[in-house]
Amino acid sequence: MSAISPATGAFGKRERAALLDPILTNNPIGVQVLGICSALAVTTRIDKALVMGAGVILVTMLANLAVSLVRNHTPGSIRIIVQLAIIASLVIVFDQVLKATLYELSLELSVFVGLIITNCIVMGRAEGYAMSNPPGLSLLDGLGNGLGYALVLFLVAFFRELFGAGKVLGFVVLPLAKDGGWYVPNGLMLLAPSGLLLIAGLIWLLRTLKPELQEKD
Amino acid sequence: MSRLDSPRYTFIFATVMCVVCAALVSVAAVSLAPRQKANARLYMEKNVLVAAGLVAPGQNVGLGDVERVFQSDIKVRLVDFATGKLVPEGERNARDYDQRAARSDPAASREAPANDAGIKRVANRGVVYFVMKDGKVDQMVISVEGLGMWGTIYGFLALDKDAVTVRGITYYDHRETPGLGGEIGNPAWQAMWKGRRGYDDRGNARITVIKGQAGPPETDPLSVDGLSGATITSNAVTRLMRFWLSEDGYGRFLNRFRERKEVL
Amino acid sequence: MEHYLNIAIRAVFLENMALAFFLGMCSFLACSKKVETAFGLGIAVVFVQVLTVPLNNLILTHLLKEGALGWASPALAKADLTFLSFILFIGTIAAAVQVVEMTVEKFAPALYTTLGVFLPLIAVNCVILGGSLFMQERDYTFAESAVFGVGSGVGFLVAIVAMAAVREKLAYSNPPAGLRGLGLTFVTAGLISIAFMMFSGIQL
Repeated sequence: MSAISPATGAFGKRERAALLDPILTNNPIGVQVLGICSALAVTTRIDKALVMGAGVILVTMLANLAVSLVRNHTPGSIRIIVQLAIIASLVIVFDQVLKATLYELSLELSVFVGLIITNCIVMGRAEGYAMSNPPGLSLLDGLGNGLGYALVLFLVAFFRELFGAGKVLGFVVLPLAKDGGWYVPNGLMLLAPSGLLLIAGLIWLLRTLKPELQEKD
Repeated sequence: MSRLDSPRYTFIFATVMCVVCAALVSVAAVSLAPRQKANARLYMEKNVLVAAGLVAPGQNVGLGDVERVFQSDIKVRLVDFATGKLVPEGERNARDYDQRAARSDPAASREAPANDAGIKRVANRGVVYFVMKDGKVDQMVISVEGLGMWGTIYGFLALDKDAVTVRGITYYDHRETPGLGGEIGNPAWQAMWKGRRGYDDRGNARITVIKGQAGPPETDPLSVDGLSGATITSNAVTRLMRFWLSEDGYGRFLNRFRERKEVL
Repeated sequence: MEHYLNIAIRAVFLENMALAFFLGMCSFLACSKKVETAFGLGIAVVFVQVLTVPLNNLILTHLLKEGALGWASPALAKADLTFLSFILFIGTIAAAVQVVEMTVEKFAPALYTTLGVFLPLIAVNCVILGGSLFMQERDYTFAESAVFGVGSGVGFLVAIVAMAAVREKLAYSNPPAGLRGLGLTFVTAGLISIAFMMFSGIQL
């Protein structure tokens, strides 16, 4: 695994923590409650969720790297706007690439690609981690957080597509009654509220497995 | 840290950052622009072929495939809605005509006549894709749009050479409720349009999305199965179809075509 | 007139930023513990939204769209700069938030103490950027975008106040340990969102 971070040499404990912690134990959506906005709207289908996830992974990673590279040269007074400029530029590039390659998906994701800019995860990691850590670690942290985000997105989308349309990634798994099968799809799954309810379920599960995350009133 | 906080340094840093970001963004935008334009056109033209039944919905076709079909079998022409006449060929490349953009250009569009399809402006010219077979017109694909429940529905309607019978239909851009009105995007429902008639025997645009199930096209040619739980979307589709088949839309041209006053 | 009323009603109820598009969820969840704070944040969002959506509309139509720069020089008439919209929108928003913050602090100190903490948060609130992006995607005119700005802001205000009111009552409930706090908040948001769906189909 050392190939992943040539800059830091051996893939030590810190690197592993930076990469793996945010995926499960410190998941940005489930635990830090960041970046939910876009997590819900794009999860009616798995392919949409995957592309969105890829976008966030790339932007978080590269934004973390860039912010970390210039962190010792950035004047404190304008650091937020500098981060914002870096993130916005990366998102524009991603949006342009998407339009040039996966045009139909980019139409369906519509404004939500642009909203990666205000995704709290990207901003939060840039300000909270990359500003005070070296580039290699920041890159891994961005990758980890992006993956954690993409994982939740994938799970929510999986259930919504499976029970809402009887498909997984567009392939029919539960043949629909109206097409001669037996499954009557749950229309609620395709509507907005189901995303919220599914994330509630995921959080419930996560916090039951890890009681230390539970909130005390 | 005094070096970092001096106004001069801050200013220089901000400028450098701006230049770097601007360069990155501009390079990406400019270098990818041709592919994006090509994609946008490919997307529209692919849907024309879907409506005409030359491409299966969801079939993966590339730029090259669409280009080949367009070169060999499709003739694109513009129609003047007011007169119903074909715009002479060569005036401009009809394939580059963007009806959506023309609609919001005051010089190329007009206020729509009173209608119940939620259409506010109509372009002066509409695009018609003629599907040729052995040198003769086999089908005509026209562009339709109208207000649905959540937003504008865009689609293509393929008519037979008799300019009455529906050969196919596709709605490629809409915001209807997934699972209910969104079923207008479902190929199975779109296939039910095949063989229906856009006009009754007197030439009135009467095709209707009814509540419940319609009979087979032979006995019940003016009705299409309704979408359960989506009355508003069903009515919207009825209205927009009737609008574009009427004299305010392609009606005049289709009439002239039927009377053989417009030939390719 | 009816047309504008329609846009406003849609923005408030049918296409509610928080409950139909899930925008601004972070602050929607974090600032809805008490009705008072929720109201403060909601008002701040309306404030900024009313300012930025029309402003961004002007930027879009007079600077970015293809041919929009024709007034500056004929050589620029062909330039299509819409790819810069994200960055200019977010810049406008950050600047507007800053200006609003300073103005409010100077002229309405009382309001500032209620809004003050929320204003900086708003710069990265998806509702604000989302409002401008929807304006671009739906091709609103200047007047339409002004109405949409008000409507989408008020929609968020209504949603977050409703949410806070429910959460205040929920303080007395006894949910399973794993659901306590965040989980229950999500469930509540889901249920309110279902309630808002009853508005669907309203057309003027």
